[in-house]
Amino acid sequence: MEDLSGILRNHPFMKDLDENYLKQITGCASNVAYREDEVIFKEGDKAEKFYLIRTGKVALEINGRDKGNLRILTVGPGQILGWSWIVSPYKWHFEAHALEEVRAIALDGECLRNKCDDDPKMGYEMLKRFSHILEQRLQSTRMQLLDVYKRV
Amino acid sequence: MDNNKSGLMKLDPMTPEAVKVKKIFWETEDVFTIELVYDSDEKREFSYKPGQFNMLYAFGVGESAISISSDSSKKNSLLHTIHKVGYVTNVLSKLKKGDIIGLRGPFGSSWPLEEAKGKDICIIVGGIGLAPLRPSIYHILKHRKQYGKFVLLYGARTPRDILYPVELESWRKKYDIQIEVTVDRADSTWRGHVGVVTTLLNYVELNPEKTMAMVCGPEIMMKYAVDELIKHGVTEKEIYVSLERNMKCALGFCGHCQYGPSFVCKDGPVFSFSKVTDIFEIKEL
Repeated sequence: MEDLSGILRNHPFMKDLDENYLKQITGCASNVAYREDEVIFKEGDKAEKFYLIRTGKVALEINGRDKGNLRILTVGPGQILGWSWIVSPYKWHFEAHALEEVRAIALDGECLRNKCDDDPKMGYEMLKRFSHILEQRLQSTRMQLLDVYKRV
Repeated sequence: MDNNKSGLMKLDPMTPEAVKVKKIFWETEDVFTIELVYDSDEKREFSYKPGQFNMLYAFGVGESAISISSDSSKKNSLLHTIHKVGYVTNVLSKLKKGDIIGLRGPFGSSWPLEEAKGKDICIIVGGIGLAPLRPSIYHILKHRKQYGKFVLLYGARTPRDILYPVELESWRKKYDIQIEVTVDRADSTWRGHVGVVTTLLNYVELNPEKTMAMVCGPEIMMKYAVDELIKHGVTEKEIYVSLERNMKCALGFCGHCQYGPSFVCKDGPVFSFSKVTDIFEIKEL
């Protein structure tokens, strides 16, 4: 059976990461699994973890009050779920639930923040990787806002 | 004047031929498909290449350039999948079985299916952009062994706007093709992907050195799709886009669809991205 560091090494988010950083990050990692329709986190809850999705699909929803829950994004294998662990006040902005059985690696946010504080080079490397994800999500959101397939 | 395959004299390309509506059906709330046959006792066949378009003429109203969405190996009838967006398409949407309309065509360039042989194919489409690529999909599925890995990434506005859902499912089950469908917005009953079409590239393993991409949809969507493909290592000359402009004569005479040094009706609608790279970024062109 593949150990945690092996799983982490093979996840696209950790691609070509320095072995020393990988070892440190592995210390904050754990295997998690969610059943279909299980809630992974709720909007407003403390963001204590982030997830590297291995299998399955997760839906991110925002509460539109009178519009009900709006699904804004799905993430799947090879992608990451959650970045609120890195930005104070560490609260989730969305609700996430499993659309199918999900297997993931959960990384403890506080543990990782502490390690990044202790090793700023590793912290910078993690920040660069998250910035790339944030840029992609921001671009996607902008494109969604354009509503390019809107009915005329 | 040329003779067509049936031996009949081909008319002036500016003169529409009469064709009869065999069937008309709604794909979504505002997209319909119309099946056309020749209104003639003589046995005549339609001949076209995937990616080409026809000018459909609603008599007394006007013409509209519409991509052909049928299987090009089936020559007895023609399918056009049409977005009801303007005066002509609104009139076309109200046609009934047996009605007669005018048809000129086929016109324009086609998807490079010969050059694509032996390569992996990545089709990225958005909205009604699936329709102009459906003939290519039929062709590749029919000649599946001549092509490498085959991926179709399709983005729609909502689950209700997904075109050809039954056919997509049947392709997925029957053929060696990876199909990923996403929608821009959905409620909690939808179990598929949500997000813009380019996010689907996260679910695909491309070998950029042997991949050819064909992209069709709103121009802004194509811009993002091309950017993402290039980020994934696909070269500009292996990316093809289908452009849409206000086509009138369809022969490159009138200039309505001029696109820099090209005419979309005659030199396009399918272009290698490497041929339009510089002008693709220019707004309002």
